[in-house]
Amino acid sequence: MSQTGIELKGSGFTLSVLHISTTDISVVREALANKIAQAPKFFEMAPIVANVESLKGDEVDFHTLKNALQSLNLVPVGVSGATDEQKLQAKAAGLAVMVAPKTNSTENQPQPTTVIERVEVPVIERVKVEVPVEVKVPEYIPAMQLKQNVRSGQQVYAKDTDLVIIGSVGNGGEVIADGSIHIYGALRGRAIAGAQGDSQAKIYCYNLQAELVSINGTYWTSEQLQKHGWQQAGCIELDGEQLSVKALTE
Amino acid sequence: MARIIVVTSGKGGVGKTTSSAAIGTGLALQGNKTVIVDFDIGLRNLDLIMGVERRVVYDFVNVINGEANLNQALIKDKRVEGLFILPASQTRDKDALTREGVEKILDELSQEFDYIICDSPAGIEQGALMALYFADEAIVVTNPEVSSVRDSDRILGILASKSRRAEQGLEPVKENLLLTRYCPERVERGDMLSVEDVKDILAIPLLGVIPESQAVLKASNLGEPVVLDQESDAGQAYLDAIFRLQGQSVDFRFLNTEKKGIFKRIFGG
Ligand SMILES: Nc1ncnc2c1ncn2[C@@H]1O[C@H](COP(=O)(O)OP(=O)(O)O)[C@@H](O)[C@H]1O
Ligand SMILES: [Mg+2]
Repeated sequence: MSQTGIELKGSGFTLSVLHISTTDISVVREALANKIAQAPKFFEMAPIVANVESLKGDEVDFHTLKNALQSLNLVPVGVSGATDEQKLQAKAAGLAVMVAPKTNSTENQPQPTTVIERVEVPVIERVKVEVPVEVKVPEYIPAMQLKQNVRSGQQVYAKDTDLVIIGSVGNGGEVIADGSIHIYGALRGRAIAGAQGDSQAKIYCYNLQAELVSINGTYWTSEQLQKHGWQQAGCIELDGEQLSVKALTE
Repeated sequence: MARIIVVTSGKGGVGKTTSSAAIGTGLALQGNKTVIVDFDIGLRNLDLIMGVERRVVYDFVNVINGEANLNQALIKDKRVEGLFILPASQTRDKDALTREGVEKILDELSQEFDYIICDSPAGIEQGALMALYFADEAIVVTNPEVSSVRDSDRILGILASKSRRAEQGLEPVKENLLLTRYCPERVERGDMLSVEDVKDILAIPLLGVIPESQAVLKASNLGEPVVLDQESDAGQAYLDAIFRLQGQSVDFRFLNTEKKGIFKRIFGG
């Protein structure tokens, strides 16, 4: 666990969403009170999000709305479907601005980076309870895989991903990846991993005889490498500010 | 259809022309109709090594420019049946070779010959690129020293990306390593890379190992390709390589300082 006593992580929760179609908060409060009367236990201290999308930017008194919800023993947490102006007002009232899940449109998007599951839970008739669960999925880009030797004068760049080479990298050859580099052969040329700033990137090779290795801009030339795992199978990584070479096999 | 073989290296003075002459002559000796084409425009010396320099009338560039036809420019070797030389121009510059012109000549030669051996100039520029562009196969001539090996690596990269086969996504150019000027004494002393070192770095099949030999100098002064000197170590090593080029498996010789190798062969040991 963390030494600081806290850890920050993203997670999805089930929230009830109240769809408001009038700016008259007293009307909203009354209608809601009627609903709650049908299932008071279910709503007790329930977190709730107010969706104001159907108001199309009409001014809402978020302070009053917040108080109204609290008076009904609900916990107002945020607002969704707000215009930019409404967002400012909601924040001023101490409410979080939530991103409303889009309906249906997600299906047609190629390679979504955010998966939105929308579950309708028919708890009570006519109270629409939406359960939007947002799961951040890191975009998956398959590693670039080459079954060849990278010869002197050749350059290979694996953009946004890892590079796997079944073969060797010759003197004067250069392999670059935004991720890690795996070489199933000798590395005699240059290998540059984490090229766009990933300090966790590593370089693996079967036989280390490199002219230069670099991870996120920190580099060693063959001069330094000759003192660290030269002509051995190794993994080069960034330990803080310093590169290090670890043996791949015992 | 002919097999088009480029003899190339990147580095100069490693033995490309010596090897082109020897291998072309050896293939013809073994009954293949063979033409050796000199791509070294401006620095021609294939004709010298083949001993035909006094018979050059028209050259490669004349044919490309339509100033002569192929039959006028081809020189028939007087020693070996089925062997021809297409000489380079001494006076033109390297840009005289156009891709269309070269293609047309190689197409025409392909109709008649079994093998077309292209003797490449050094470097990685126009002339060298033209010599390798249409190749089906490459003989990469390498000396056992670091700079030569590195240049060969470079040429292998170019073969894999800039040849016609690479550009058209055809089966890649077949690569062969020919290690020349090999000197086992110097390898033992650690002054030279060993066969294993070079094979390890370049990682392509080994076609032959030609020892450093006085016979090569003698042959080139006489204008006789060294394979014709079948007593010589270099001549024999080239013949071995030519057998391998045609798919036969032949043991490697001249790799060690001990002379036992030769005796063993003679006495069947
Ligand atoms: N096996 C060998 N032993 C000794 N000398 C050699 C050998 N091969 C080539 N040479 C010499 O090396 C020099 C360059 O050879 P050449 O075939 O003209 O190289 P390139 O065509 O690659 O420039 C020539 O003087 C040649 O006689
Ligand atoms: Mg030459």
